[in-house]
Amino acid sequence: MELMAVSWAYWHQFFFIIFAGSAIGFGCGVLISQNIVRMAFYLVLSLGSTAGLFFLAGAEFVGAMQLMIYVGGTMVLLIFGVMLTAQKDFVNMKTHTHDWILATVVGGSLLMVLLFVAFGSEDWRSPQDPTDAHIVDTKAATPLGLALTGVRVDKLDDLNDPLNQGKSGYLMPFIIISVHLLVVLIGAAYMARTKKLSHATGLRSSRARLSVFKMEEEDEVLEEETYVVLRKDKQATNPLDTNDDNADNLDEA
Amino acid sequence: MAEFFNEYIFGNGPWSWLGYVVAALIACILVIHVVAVGAMGFIWLERKVAGRIQDRLGPTRVGGKFGWLQTLADGIKLIAKEDFTPDVADRFLFKIAPYVAFAASFSAFIALPFADGVVANHVNTAVFFVLAVLGLEVFGVILAGYGSGSKWSLFGAMREAAQVVSYEVPLGMCVVVPVFLCGTMNLTTIGNMQEGFITNWLVFNDPFTFVIAMVYFTCATASVNRAPFDLAEAESELVAGFHTEYSGLRWSLFFMAEYGSMFLVSGLAVILFFGGSNGPIPVGDWLANLLGGVKEGSIGANLPSLGAITVGVIGVANFILKGVIGVIVMIWIRWTFPRLRIDQVMSMCLKYCVPIAAFGFIGAVGWEVLDLPTPNNLDEKSRYEYHEKWSHEYLETQQQTKPAANDRHARQAVPTEAIITTVAVSQNAVEVNGGKQ
Repeated sequence: MELMAVSWAYWHQFFFIIFAGSAIGFGCGVLISQNIVRMAFYLVLSLGSTAGLFFLAGAEFVGAMQLMIYVGGTMVLLIFGVMLTAQKDFVNMKTHTHDWILATVVGGSLLMVLLFVAFGSEDWRSPQDPTDAHIVDTKAATPLGLALTGVRVDKLDDLNDPLNQGKSGYLMPFIIISVHLLVVLIGAAYMARTKKLSHATGLRSSRARLSVFKMEEEDEVLEEETYVVLRKDKQATNPLDTNDDNADNLDEA
Repeated sequence: MAEFFNEYIFGNGPWSWLGYVVAALIACILVIHVVAVGAMGFIWLERKVAGRIQDRLGPTRVGGKFGWLQTLADGIKLIAKEDFTPDVADRFLFKIAPYVAFAASFSAFIALPFADGVVANHVNTAVFFVLAVLGLEVFGVILAGYGSGSKWSLFGAMREAAQVVSYEVPLGMCVVVPVFLCGTMNLTTIGNMQEGFITNWLVFNDPFTFVIAMVYFTCATASVNRAPFDLAEAESELVAGFHTEYSGLRWSLFFMAEYGSMFLVSGLAVILFFGGSNGPIPVGDWLANLLGGVKEGSIGANLPSLGAITVGVIGVANFILKGVIGVIVMIWIRWTFPRLRIDQVMSMCLKYCVPIAAFGFIGAVGWEVLDLPTPNNLDEKSRYEYHEKWSHEYLETQQQTKPAANDRHARQAVPTEAIITTVAVSQNAVEVNGGKQ
């Protein structure tokens, strides 16, 4: 075969098979495993293998992105997963039959769409001589970054393109997404804050801790402080209703 | 390197794959030795420096006057220890966790250039890659904490993970500054742009980069869990955190990973701020000129000239020396500062490191925009020569691309990839034209 003519083509295929195989294998591992931590472990390995595929294709920026966002993100997910569910009821997840059916329908239809697109692309139907496909030393990161900040370097000479006038690139979507993420971040911080104080059962103890903490910090206003805390405690007959207000007051105090 | 082996040993026939295997093995072995032998050296150094700081001698017996072989003796002891797995442990995760931590620390070295061209793999976005892989080390920690089947280990792992993840924010903000000053994420290029005298190092570029370098080093120390940020482990007080249940060689793998990442983050600091493989005085370049060799970009396919070898060797020596100095500073900090409490660690990150990094970032941008004086003698033009020069290449090749506009690649190219494909296609066009002429 022509494919075998160049020696590095072997290595390309060799590593492609290794990475693709491990991506698929660990993906199946996620499906089969029932332990949540192992699932996350397999998922990280599967996503890491996908990053390997990107590196193999010469898309280093996308590969590093995959590692940073997907693998790193899954890891943070794992941290929270273990932190929140490290109890016997949740560590082992049992999948019901209707879950399986639903997952098969959704996943299967997605797979069909992907396969349709994959085989619909002319270039991907028949194997090509890999020497023809240019694995260039990608300089994708710089044009990408410029496109995100407003200049489309690939459109500079295209006089007919409407983008050429302002060369506006992807600045607008970029700003929208970043504002959106900022909102999400603030929301997350807010939720984390209220959650900490709104535990109905742990309310009293957390207040006690708070007052102790204040005691250490400000000796002079100690008496007033604890008095306020105790008074608020008595007022709050139903802690779930009023604890948010209390929390705010405490913060201000 | 593979081409070199094929040319001189295996020939270009059916055995040419051996050249690639040998080249890959050499790169692997060299990188593993950076981590493994480096860890041995650093552990000895840690004991010795700690001893001197505490007015003791440190190891003095094994292997001569200075106790050179103390770590080797420790290693033999660790190998002889029982490889113990607790009853309630998740066996698979417990056993694999040290390897995950070690592999993460080790694979970041793939993209770390030790000198101009002395790098296992030229990754164009090396800064990003190193940061991404460095963040994966904490994964081994979590697996270890969970897999041990002990609440103690789990809490230790969670605290460590929370700390490492939160310190990645200011770390990333600090790394951005040299990246935008140099206009590239390629570590080799960033290193090369600080050529010349010590004044060209980015740490001295302006006052803000100096501050940023210090913040980077602080955050790096925290993100590899070194004292004074090691409250998650605190071997002396808490009997260690996530690796309480480990013993023997598996335990030592965690430490190899820790010392490996120590060298990694200080190596990254060296490249980003402290001149990379360039010494304070460009002796290497003078020597290379004296020897008459051209300074080659890479010790690669062909036999390099004598000058290139000199520059390479001096560069590697410079880099390792500066990296080791960084590690010594970390050890020095560990044995002189008291350990922080968790609230102090968090306020250090959120109240000091993040705002200072953000402020320094804006300041460095302003300094560059206002064109304020800097000791760096690389002006805009000569700096540009180090760049990837993608825009010039693009503009030059754009004219030649026009006839090839109907080409399959050009037609189907999606916007973000268009430039890559057009450059590739135009290179083709140049070749075709050259052939015709």
